[in-house]
Amino acid sequence: MTRADPAVTASSLGKRYGDVVALDDVTFDVRVGELFGLIGPDGAGKTSLFRLLTTVQLPDAGSARVLGLDVVKDYRAIRSRIGYMPGRFSLYPDLSVEENLRFFASVFGTTIEAGERLIAPIYSQIAPFADRRAGALSGGMKQKLALCCALVHLPELLLLDEPTTGVDAVSRREFWDLLETLRADGLTIVASTPYMDEAMRCERVALIQHGRILDIADPRTIGARFDRPLLALRSAERLRLLRALRALPDAHSVFPFGDAVHYADARADRDGSTVAAGLQRVLAEQGIRDVQVTPIEPGIEDVFMELMQRAPAATA
Amino acid sequence: MSSRTGGRVRAPRLPSALGAFVRKELHHIVRDRQTLAILLLMPLVQVLLFGYALRTDVRDLRVAMVDPTPDVLTVRLRNRLESTPRFRVVSTATSTALLEDQFQRRVADVALVLPTSFADGLARGDRTPVLLVTDASDPNSGTTMQSYVRAALADFESDLSAPGRGPVRIQVASRMRYNPTLESANLFVPGLIALVLTLVSALMTAISLSREKEQGTLEVLLVSPLRPWQIIVGKVLPYLALGFAITCLVLLAARVVFAVPLRGSLTLLLAESVLYTIVSLSLGVLVAARTTSQRAAMLGALVGTMMPTALLSGMIFPISSMPGWLRPITNVVPARWFIVIARGIMLKGAGLGILWHETLVLAGMALLLLVAATRSFHARLD
Amino acid sequence: MTVSPDHGHAIEVRGLTRRFGTFTAVDAITFDVAAGEVFGFLGANGAGKTTAIRMLIGLLAPSAGSARVAGFDVSTEAEQVKRNIGYMSQRFSLYEDLTVRENITLYGGIYGLSDGAIAERMASLVERLDLGRDLDTRVKSIPLGWKQKLAFSVAVLHDPKVVFLDEPTGGVDPITRRQFWELIYATAEQGTTVFVTTHYMDEAEYCDRVSIMVDGRIAALGTPAELKARFGGETIDDVFVRLARPGAAA
Repeated sequence: MTRADPAVTASSLGKRYGDVVALDDVTFDVRVGELFGLIGPDGAGKTSLFRLLTTVQLPDAGSARVLGLDVVKDYRAIRSRIGYMPGRFSLYPDLSVEENLRFFASVFGTTIEAGERLIAPIYSQIAPFADRRAGALSGGMKQKLALCCALVHLPELLLLDEPTTGVDAVSRREFWDLLETLRADGLTIVASTPYMDEAMRCERVALIQHGRILDIADPRTIGARFDRPLLALRSAERLRLLRALRALPDAHSVFPFGDAVHYADARADRDGSTVAAGLQRVLAEQGIRDVQVTPIEPGIEDVFMELMQRAPAATA
Repeated sequence: MSSRTGGRVRAPRLPSALGAFVRKELHHIVRDRQTLAILLLMPLVQVLLFGYALRTDVRDLRVAMVDPTPDVLTVRLRNRLESTPRFRVVSTATSTALLEDQFQRRVADVALVLPTSFADGLARGDRTPVLLVTDASDPNSGTTMQSYVRAALADFESDLSAPGRGPVRIQVASRMRYNPTLESANLFVPGLIALVLTLVSALMTAISLSREKEQGTLEVLLVSPLRPWQIIVGKVLPYLALGFAITCLVLLAARVVFAVPLRGSLTLLLAESVLYTIVSLSLGVLVAARTTSQRAAMLGALVGTMMPTALLSGMIFPISSMPGWLRPITNVVPARWFIVIARGIMLKGAGLGILWHETLVLAGMALLLLVAATRSFHARLD
Repeated sequence: MTVSPDHGHAIEVRGLTRRFGTFTAVDAITFDVAAGEVFGFLGANGAGKTTAIRMLIGLLAPSAGSARVAGFDVSTEAEQVKRNIGYMSQRFSLYEDLTVRENITLYGGIYGLSDGAIAERMASLVERLDLGRDLDTRVKSIPLGWKQKLAFSVAVLHDPKVVFLDEPTGGVDPITRRQFWELIYATAEQGTTVFVTTHYMDEAEYCDRVSIMVDGRIAALGTPAELKARFGGETIDDVFVRLARPGAAA
């Protein structure tokens, strides 16, 4: 494989469990050295996709290549060259931090010392707890240890299935900081998350829902996919505001969004500030006072919801 | 990017990967203090329980003799019994009329009923029948008492069979009063070993393997370059060692507590135990491969291995007393073969020359199950 | 936010403290939550959130201080507190191997609702959540998003004065999550106080007010807008990181 070849190529991947379609015609690739995000809710198919890429399960349709190798034929070679962190806490709770790391190193036929270069910055953060049982670590520490275990054999590709689920906001931030450091070091990383705010840490993201990829884009420019005027409205009477907006004939979508309500207009060609003025008038007529209306740039979550509504209903 | 790995082939070097695996497994075993304590104490408690329950004070067996035609020979037999500390002849009668009463008043444990003209029969070299009646209402001692009297009679027989004369044959008909299906005490220890080995190997492997499934660690191991068989060997070796240690413990305890004999070779017995452990371990792996939760694996191992070992192996219920349709089924229970082997070595001093058939069956099972276990354990999750 | 001073406070916490040996998990916290308010209770792992909630729902006795929930003292009237609150946790709230109907009946029964009341509430719930076809489906086979909406509805089945939601919306899609929050708003509008804990700071922005716990104390309390203004962050996430790990803030 040469530098130009993608680290991961998936072509029309399909996977079903009985009647449930987990993955349906999934096609994408991940460039070498990229931090690629799989963004989607639980049950969207993220874990299934990881299981196919890590060669633990076989695709029912399509094919995939990881580091230039076929996931079905060359699974042994792939396994020794990737690092994988499954979604669940996958360490031995009754072994100490150091024992866990040592064990996973030897499983890959290597030692902690040989993996030093890649894991040193992460391991230094958990080293003070080297003798503590893994089960007694905090959520953030556990994730860091699991990351060390996945990196100790110096893999070329790191696959992380929801690494930050159940971890507090500070630790999540620190974890993504670590991933960015690793990427800067040249490692290719594919990570999944159900949380849209983490998407911004990735170079490109695939939005995934009901086993299908809705879109693949740069999270910083994905807002351009949203082709309608979008406005944020704030009022003390939030629930009344929501109901009033939904009742409007030109409402395309109305969602609560933190302390605001996001309103997308059905008239795609209208200018945001024109729509804003119109809304202000109508809402005032209905007696909802002190409404602030601001035209805004759509974020990844707005786009995701828009794409979800456009996509055909669940395949199940 | 290949500068990172330099194209190095990273298939795990077996000894170090396996060593790490075994070490990890030992950590699991040692750190789960409660389970380990139960595993080590349970066999000891069982030996103690069985040992004390089975202990019969055979120093003072009260014998009621019924001798319709007393003569020199019958007196000699009586003296012979009296001369050992084991027996005390409490009465000599010419008819059996009083026996029932003696048993009920518990003044006699054993009745030795000689036929009329016992001496004449012996002199002629006929098979001379004697009847041995035992009070077996104490379930532990019936068989023991009987075997002691039998042994005394056998001694007496060989005393009389001087060279140059025809053989003297006493045919002992025995009747157990009150509890006729007793098994002998010593027969329990081999069964106990089988039971404990099944518990440690089948049940514990099934649980520990399915725990990795539940924990999610198995997924990481599968994605590693370890082969399925390496994972299995790594899982199985520590439990093999644990099983071996426990076997020694049971043997030692059985010997110390109630002097269970080991008439044959200890090495052979231990080797056969290892063979049996492998069979059980493979069963445990099979169970774990087919179940998805620890709970299901535990129940599966209990029903699939422990129950047959306890009920169908001849450990508690003699196979000979099972209904005809059930007997062939016991042949697929590994413990059935192991118990025959262990009893043979311990009680009869038998060697491989005699036990090769059973050993071969066990070895065949081990091979078959090992292959099946490795096969059942895929390199993938589905 | 519909806070009416006439209703008084649904939750009143005064110097609430809990020590485990020499370790002080909750260190003299004081705050009020108004009736009908949606209150976000944030904090890093180990900041003392769980301990504080356990005291508020009557599962753990305070070492010092006091708290009144739904008008009852948590130390002396724990039984009345339990009767007047609802509780939904992320880890456990519905029995997966029971059907939707069985779960609703079970919880109705646990909180002493009559058969008539259970039937009536089941009907309104089915209508609101559009559950008609799934009433006899086992909970484990309905989609996660519905499960969470259902779990919430079951937690407020007995019209509690306060409902505690412990990390309620993990992992659902953004649309379902918003439907969930609308459910919360609708409940709050009826006068039920909603007390939410979450790891996810964008959730916090949906609350009327939030408090941020750091090392057993309440480090900040206010509306999301106030906090962002006071601590100078674009999001509550920024505020949180600044407070929870001062050295780590970029």
